[in-house]
Amino acid sequence: MPTVAPLDLPGHCVVAAFVSDVPHFALADGTVHRLADGHKHVAAHDGLVCATLDEKSERLLTGGEDGKVLAIRADGSVEPLADVGRKWIACIASGPQGAIAWGSGRTAHVRFSDGRTKLFEHARTVEGIAFSPKGMRIGVARYNGATLHFPAADGKPTELEWAGAHTGITFSPDGNFLVTTMQESALHGWKLVDAKHMRMTGYPAKVKSLSWSPKGRWLASSGAPAAIVWPFQGKDGPMGKAPLELGLRGNSQVTAVACHPADDFVAIGYADGMVLAARIADQKEVLLRRPGKGAITTLAWDRAGRRVVFGSTDGDCGVIDIAG
Amino acid sequence: MPDTQPQIPVTVLTGYLGSGKTTLLNRILSENHGRRYAVIVNEFGEIGIDNDLIVESDEEIYEMNNGCVCCTVRGDLIRVVEGLMRRPGRFDAILVETTGLADPAPVAQTFFMDEDVRSKTRLDAVVAMVDAKHLPLRLKDSREAEDQIAFADVVIINKTDLVTADELRSVEATIRAINPAARLHRAERAGVALTDVLDRGAFDLKRVLADDPHFLDHEEHDHDHDHHHDHDHGHHHHHDGEVSPIHDVTVQSVSLRGGEMDPKRFFPWIEKITQLEGPNILRLKGIIAFKDDPERYVVQGVHMIIEGDHQRAWKEGETHESRLVFIGRELDPERLKRTFEACQAA
Repeated sequence: MPTVAPLDLPGHCVVAAFVSDVPHFALADGTVHRLADGHKHVAAHDGLVCATLDEKSERLLTGGEDGKVLAIRADGSVEPLADVGRKWIACIASGPQGAIAWGSGRTAHVRFSDGRTKLFEHARTVEGIAFSPKGMRIGVARYNGATLHFPAADGKPTELEWAGAHTGITFSPDGNFLVTTMQESALHGWKLVDAKHMRMTGYPAKVKSLSWSPKGRWLASSGAPAAIVWPFQGKDGPMGKAPLELGLRGNSQVTAVACHPADDFVAIGYADGMVLAARIADQKEVLLRRPGKGAITTLAWDRAGRRVVFGSTDGDCGVIDIAG
Repeated sequence: MPDTQPQIPVTVLTGYLGSGKTTLLNRILSENHGRRYAVIVNEFGEIGIDNDLIVESDEEIYEMNNGCVCCTVRGDLIRVVEGLMRRPGRFDAILVETTGLADPAPVAQTFFMDEDVRSKTRLDAVVAMVDAKHLPLRLKDSREAEDQIAFADVVIINKTDLVTADELRSVEATIRAINPAARLHRAERAGVALTDVLDRGAFDLKRVLADDPHFLDHEEHDHDHDHHHDHDHGHHHHHDGEVSPIHDVTVQSVSLRGGEMDPKRFFPWIEKITQLEGPNILRLKGIIAFKDDPERYVVQGVHMIIEGDHQRAWKEGETHESRLVFIGRELDPERLKRTFEACQAA
């Protein structure tokens, strides 16, 4: 029986993650809470906009309304990495060799582990940013497509065009596919070897959460009454194939998804605060958490795949132990 | 998600650089009304804004991928509003100050077309600030100045002390010709009553036109509610399809008047008109009397987006007539009039 250790926090949780196996909760008010020998927190930003786990460097990267980029570790230490002034840090990503990237206005910033920073200007706002798992390459989601840069080299960027507003971005774990979320409730994908397009449409709401299964065999997504899981096993990705629908409910939308780190099942969070786990093979479901106050905004597994952290719009967060 | 959170009102301030936008903004922020504002600006002007919560964003116009050129939203507002609404306790209302060159349509449409924004906020009004002295010049050299007036629910003619009475009358007539449905206020140094600017409910179907008995009656109306000057409405006579006395103005308004309508004719008609003419229609507002309907029906629209609802019961002695105004470009007044009248109940 899964058990839930609740943690009631005073506001919207932007990202929950395990940093060095310690549950962390980054709130929109700029505080970052953690559960290590009791509940502790640091006041990191005056308003936090985005955060992401940097698993290799065992730190949480955060970007604020205050224009600051910080790295927060499980011991509560806060390392300032950048300060761009009064503009919001809209999106942030962790990369190989301690590199990180963030977007602020129309500029994408890449900071290498030695502190060197490189800027990439765009004609339109940097809406989303991600590192490719292979090599030093970033992808930027922007209006009418995505732009790929090689920050370690001086070269022309690769432009991938597709009409519409692209708001988020992710590379598949094998680096073969690039997928963006779009303003008009759809995903768009490119097969990077030949820039072939993949359209993934039919969502009733905007997709705000994406998660790749181990080895990138599946891509789970929010934005529908079920987790929409696209098959990426074939060389053309999901083209011509129907997605799976996991954890279909008639009365609530899926708002967050997180694939298990080793096995093919997905933790699914809903607008009413419920959390389920569903197996991709047979779509079997297990209830992990009953509905709560706020919509689930974020879900993450620990490395061992035994615990799930969750956060919500209303601050009712917690840790689920799958084995109980 | 529980839908209990009250929607945060949003006021959009448009106007050219130098029109007094920021002065008005600072007046709103500094006055003792007990309201806390979040301010979204696209550029920091020369005058500082005195507020704790100011967000600078880059104007991002997004065309929606539905093949409709007028279906545009402001991507930066979606992102900023979403971010702000994660900490709703910080403010009670939002002010959006656009750049002088901004197109107000995508700004307004963001609050109708984006589900996330729509669920948490409501557009209260679009307020256009115009400079009495420089408006004629602005209208000559830019389409934006015209669009901002055409789009506005409230137009503030600022710096009236810098023009003669004749110039002011001419400026008013021009504004009226572009937008007969807006409320007009004269001001010096942006000095208008804040109640004329805030909490207008201009997009609220329960309130839109509710307190406006003279809607479309420009011969007799008195839209200026600041009483420190007299009015001269000698130039305000309006006719269907009036075009501004300034020949550079391309926006026109078409005011229609009819009797009781047949809903089976009216709804398909308005749907078709907005579908076909959407890109040319900047705003539309109207009060419709349906046959055998005890309540008056109000409609309002922005390009192709149109909303309608019953507003209130017809009062005793109130004439059951239908009135509709289109503000836009390249409208065909004769055709609109003919087809509108064909929707009347037999």
